[in-house]
Amino acid sequence: MSAIPIPTIDDRTQRMIDGMIAAEARHLSQRAIEEDECECKDGMFPSRAPTNRRNFLFAAGSSAGVAAAALVAGSASAQQAPAGAKHFDVPADPTREQGRAVAADGGYGTRSQFETEVRVRFPTANENTSWSFTPLDRSLGNLTPSGLHFERHHGGIPTIDPSRHMLYVHGMVDGPRKYTMADLKRFPSVTRKYFIECSGNGLTEWNKPTLKTVQGTHGLLSTSEWTGVQFSTIAREVGLKDGGAWVLAEGADAAVMTRSIPMEKMLKDALLAYGQNGEAIRPEQGYPLRLLLPGYEGNTHIKWLRRLEVSDKPFMTREETSKYTDLLANGKARQFSFDMEAKSVITFPSGEMKLPGPGFYNVNGLAWSGRGRVQSVDVSTDGGATWVPARIESVPEPICTVRFSLPWMWNGQPAVLQSRCADETGYVQPTLKQLIAIRGSNGPFGSIYHLNAIQSWGVAADGSVTNVHA
Amino acid sequence: MSTHKLIYAAAFIVGFAFTQASSAQVAHYGFGSAATPEELSRFFSIPPDGHGLPPGSGNATNGAQIYAGACAACHGDKLEGNPAKGIGGDKLIGGRGTLASKAPVKTVESYWPYATTLFDYVKRAMPFNAPGSLSDDDVYSVVAYILSEAKIIQPNETIDAKSLPKVAMPNKDGFEPDPRPELQLFR
Repeated sequence: MSAIPIPTIDDRTQRMIDGMIAAEARHLSQRAIEEDECECKDGMFPSRAPTNRRNFLFAAGSSAGVAAAALVAGSASAQQAPAGAKHFDVPADPTREQGRAVAADGGYGTRSQFETEVRVRFPTANENTSWSFTPLDRSLGNLTPSGLHFERHHGGIPTIDPSRHMLYVHGMVDGPRKYTMADLKRFPSVTRKYFIECSGNGLTEWNKPTLKTVQGTHGLLSTSEWTGVQFSTIAREVGLKDGGAWVLAEGADAAVMTRSIPMEKMLKDALLAYGQNGEAIRPEQGYPLRLLLPGYEGNTHIKWLRRLEVSDKPFMTREETSKYTDLLANGKARQFSFDMEAKSVITFPSGEMKLPGPGFYNVNGLAWSGRGRVQSVDVSTDGGATWVPARIESVPEPICTVRFSLPWMWNGQPAVLQSRCADETGYVQPTLKQLIAIRGSNGPFGSIYHLNAIQSWGVAADGSVTNVHA
Repeated sequence: MSTHKLIYAAAFIVGFAFTQASSAQVAHYGFGSAATPEELSRFFSIPPDGHGLPPGSGNATNGAQIYAGACAACHGDKLEGNPAKGIGGDKLIGGRGTLASKAPVKTVESYWPYATTLFDYVKRAMPFNAPGSLSDDDVYSVVAYILSEAKIIQPNETIDAKSLPKVAMPNKDGFEPDPRPELQLFR
């Protein structure tokens, strides 16, 4: 390892990393306090559920004359329900009393009060230009619940009335047009499952294992089913002039976010999405309209999309010059590095979990590629010395996360767990050493973006799992 | 009408409907409406050649005053940035010669390849607490001030639609196209 040059990190990035370490520590210490009150102290499935309170209500519900206690409990209960949930008293025996009335939730359901995972915000100084991580450590299947989809905003989340929202399409077109949301929904639509990943996912991990949980190391990744109109449909409507090679996409937020996208990509598979997981796209994901660019870095998927301008050249916006460019060790920077390359990570077991003892564990995680389908996933339990093909839990879809798993009998000895995927183009997920060797051919690699290296989780003899570089 | 005739009639109608549907796949749906030049005039996105830069002008002297009132709280009196909680304004100048070092400092001065991007971004999204509130003259002036403090232009230069695209940024040749995929990583 000593032969590997240490990557450079610019000063601002270093401050961000330091802040995130502190924030994750706060998040974990809070979780530890709650776990102390929990019978599941082994930590294998870290639980933030208010178990002590659950026990109290169990006792209260099983005896008579506790109305006063329940009343007191009721006033406190609003605070006890996790985000996205509502608190209900737990009956002693749910078969002995009626449950809640049908549609008493007002007609829109909430998750169970016992499910507590939430996104965690990266502690940038400014809360409006910031990002939050999806809790991958307890993710199930391939999709991300809409409410847990990671966020990255540069000027907060705008509130947009869809009846007043308009998409303008102009520039090098035969006839500039504008579309209301109702207009857009009249066009033929398509529905596809795609992941979105921020190119800054893992930016803290170049130098050394830095964040403790998979939420911190990989949580700028989420997957939804998206519904919308293909850009090619709209392009045919407005007519493209010869020489139109780029399209500027602009958002209707306070950052008025802009990126230039190659026309080839726009015509290939760009989607003007208004649907996410079967309902309208969430406000923090771009309501009422978002540009979906399958496999491209997340920043290009312009949210609150209001304008598409066709041009013969890129516009060189702030986001494609001063940001989202990859500074190399020789001082030059890669630009328009759109593709999110093949990557995988084990989500169970992962950092800060603790295996209760030797025995069977269903190691599992997610694999994805911005260039197509995941072809295969291998898992190593010995730090990459030997590899075993993982089971792929569903038919892989292009540019979509797929869950893999491997049955593992842990013998109680220290182990290093890794996953490595290959996509249908033949690209194989690299080691960190390989990435730095290639990109640092003129010296150490200085970019913070596009880290898709193999992740290692160290399992100690006591079962504790930590982020390691191996 | 006999049953047979009914079936033929139905077949004709269905066939007609299909014809209509398939022709709709190549014709225009015609949804939406024409966007007028007036409607489009409120939008801008300024490329390096300066196309779409508005009339008006500014200089560093005026820019210093506007900066003090609208920008300094987040970006610092000396354009040094302000990492304080709730602010987090970027450092705007300095860092020349650091890009190939172990501690690169990326600022407008050291990293941004085009001065037009600075105009576009300030007009688009600054000041952070009141985006889009500066007049075009004010934006030209603030841009002139930042470029002047960065010693990229002279303090007395006027910045307008003609001069801005000609400003040569120190890192204008610092970018290269993405060479990925890296072929070493294929099976």
